[in-house]
Amino acid sequence: MYSYSEFDEAFVRARVAQFTQQVARRIDGSLTEDEFRPLRLMNGLYLQLHAYMLRVAIPYGTLNPRQMRQLAHIAQTWDKGYGHFTTRQNIQFNWPKLPDVPRMLAALADVGMHAIQTSGNCVRNVTSDHFAAAAADEIEDPRPYAELLRQWSTDHPEFQFLPRKFKIAITGAPNDRAVTAAHDIGLRIVKNDAGETGFQVLVGGGLGRTPMVAMTVRDFLPVEDLLPYVEAVLSVYNTLGRRDNKYKARIKITLHETGKEAITKMIEARFAELRPLFGGNDQALLADIRAAFAPPAFRNAPVDAYDAFYKADPVFRAWADTNLAAHRNDQYAIVTISLKAHGQTPGDATADQMRVMADLAERYGHDELRVSHEQNVILPHVHKSDLPAVHAALMQAGLGTANVGLISDIIACPGMDYCALATARAIPVAQEIASRFNDLKLEHDVGPLKIKISGCINACGHHHVGHIGILGLDRAGVENYQITLGGDGTDDAVIGERAGPGFAYDEIVPAIERIVAAYLALREGPEETFLQAYRRVGLPPFKAALYPAEGTRDAA
Amino acid sequence: MARFTPKVVTANALIEGDVVYLTADNRWTRRHDEAELIADEAQAQMRLAHAVAQGNIVVGAYLADAQTGQAGPEPTHFREVFRTRGPSNYFLGKQAELI
Repeated sequence: MYSYSEFDEAFVRARVAQFTQQVARRIDGSLTEDEFRPLRLMNGLYLQLHAYMLRVAIPYGTLNPRQMRQLAHIAQTWDKGYGHFTTRQNIQFNWPKLPDVPRMLAALADVGMHAIQTSGNCVRNVTSDHFAAAAADEIEDPRPYAELLRQWSTDHPEFQFLPRKFKIAITGAPNDRAVTAAHDIGLRIVKNDAGETGFQVLVGGGLGRTPMVAMTVRDFLPVEDLLPYVEAVLSVYNTLGRRDNKYKARIKITLHETGKEAITKMIEARFAELRPLFGGNDQALLADIRAAFAPPAFRNAPVDAYDAFYKADPVFRAWADTNLAAHRNDQYAIVTISLKAHGQTPGDATADQMRVMADLAERYGHDELRVSHEQNVILPHVHKSDLPAVHAALMQAGLGTANVGLISDIIACPGMDYCALATARAIPVAQEIASRFNDLKLEHDVGPLKIKISGCINACGHHHVGHIGILGLDRAGVENYQITLGGDGTDDAVIGERAGPGFAYDEIVPAIERIVAAYLALREGPEETFLQAYRRVGLPPFKAALYPAEGTRDAA
Repeated sequence: MARFTPKVVTANALIEGDVVYLTADNRWTRRHDEAELIADEAQAQMRLAHAVAQGNIVVGAYLADAQTGQAGPEPTHFREVFRTRGPSNYFLGKQAELI
């Protein structure tokens, strides 16, 4: 795993020292809030509904056990004993007090972490496939490129005051687990006809109030052109992007207002100027970074114990069926630790749970942990013979829920329980849906189904790409929930269709139940997933299930 | 013009980030029912200006709708109700601290 160079270390330490002084000057009154606000946001510190919130980047979702333990330490020492893993591979602490934040940042710096560029109109944390370097379907580990982009974008002087925030995601596998099509720039590692590695470059994706699937601007970008090309895209956006209207400032709008052809021409022209300026130092750096991502020394050992346990123990089997994914080494498995225990807050882990996960990574997982945009934690490399022990330890820590990819594995933003921008709550809706389907004992019969919930139109909960999306709004002073159906965040990204009028807080769980009942009644068999069934029959049968009274009225 | 509805002045405390309300005797309280309920628009603007001037104690002061309740002013909008008690997923924040 990559560890900080002396430059990284010095930069992060210098920033902590600066911010320590800035906080002191805010507290003694030398800085006004107007002066301080942009400084705290540059360092990931928000003021939310009930308290400050510190958002810490987990670059490309990769953590080592020491870092995970430090997050636990921070949660316990300066927060209320837990942390919230977000949909952008960050962790948020919900209760820091202003005078403690410099110490929290220093503690992060001790383990090579920071909160820089987790807010503001700059290039945010570069996200990636949480199964990177482990997945059986992967072409190449995307993380060295993500790390290269992180280093290039960190404190990049030209891109600190973009028209709006800018999000980059990268995947190395054809099955897109990083929602690349919903990012300002999405990068997909591909091979060309000559067998060379490069990137399919997507631009202008995004969710929020104007959801758009990104457009491909290059089918194949050679590896060595990555930085100049991304810089060209940002440079054109920085020039054209609208600073007059916050709601039209993202690159997706720039792209649509300028036109794909025109903007592609401008990007290529800028690229032609920039390319010669990259003399190869970036490639030398990339080679160093690659070395840091060398695969672990995989064990070669029998997996009989796993097979026997799988046959003998139904609880273990249920967990293995949902929470394991195929590893490129067939003696290994990728373990997804569900942070979605039924009735609990999606993405939350207590300090004790973080320590358990760190211990397991150390003992059984080649010192690696990942966090996913789906708000779970992953042990990417576990030998199959160790899975029974891992499962037992997870069960003891309340982390053994067998529901990954099922209806209770819900993405939810913090919503109005924490967020100052939210228009409605998201967390309790997720909790109640998960509890309800757990009571019904239905979720394994229902099969793969992604519910995603956002508490406002900014769509941090990715509701547009949920198979079932839920958007919480404030309608005349009451929480109201709109449903979208048929969204998909994978390689064939699709924005969901709005089903119709919204539902009150106490109507939303029954509404979801009616959708699921309609699916179970119309599917061609258990092998036809919700999304497949939706694509076959479309919105009408679900609409009829959601709004039965209207159907009766129409019939009469 | 829309009729003025009663307001309280609210903000977050600079140091802790806690939700606070301005009282009639110029204190910042954690309790909504101790807030000053302001029925007059001009008075509300004056009290807000007073709050904004205390930028070294509180952050982001604004006027929030409220109404007379049994123990004192009560919030009318659900967002402000949540701000009086804390998140719904854990027993944390004011609901735990102000008993």
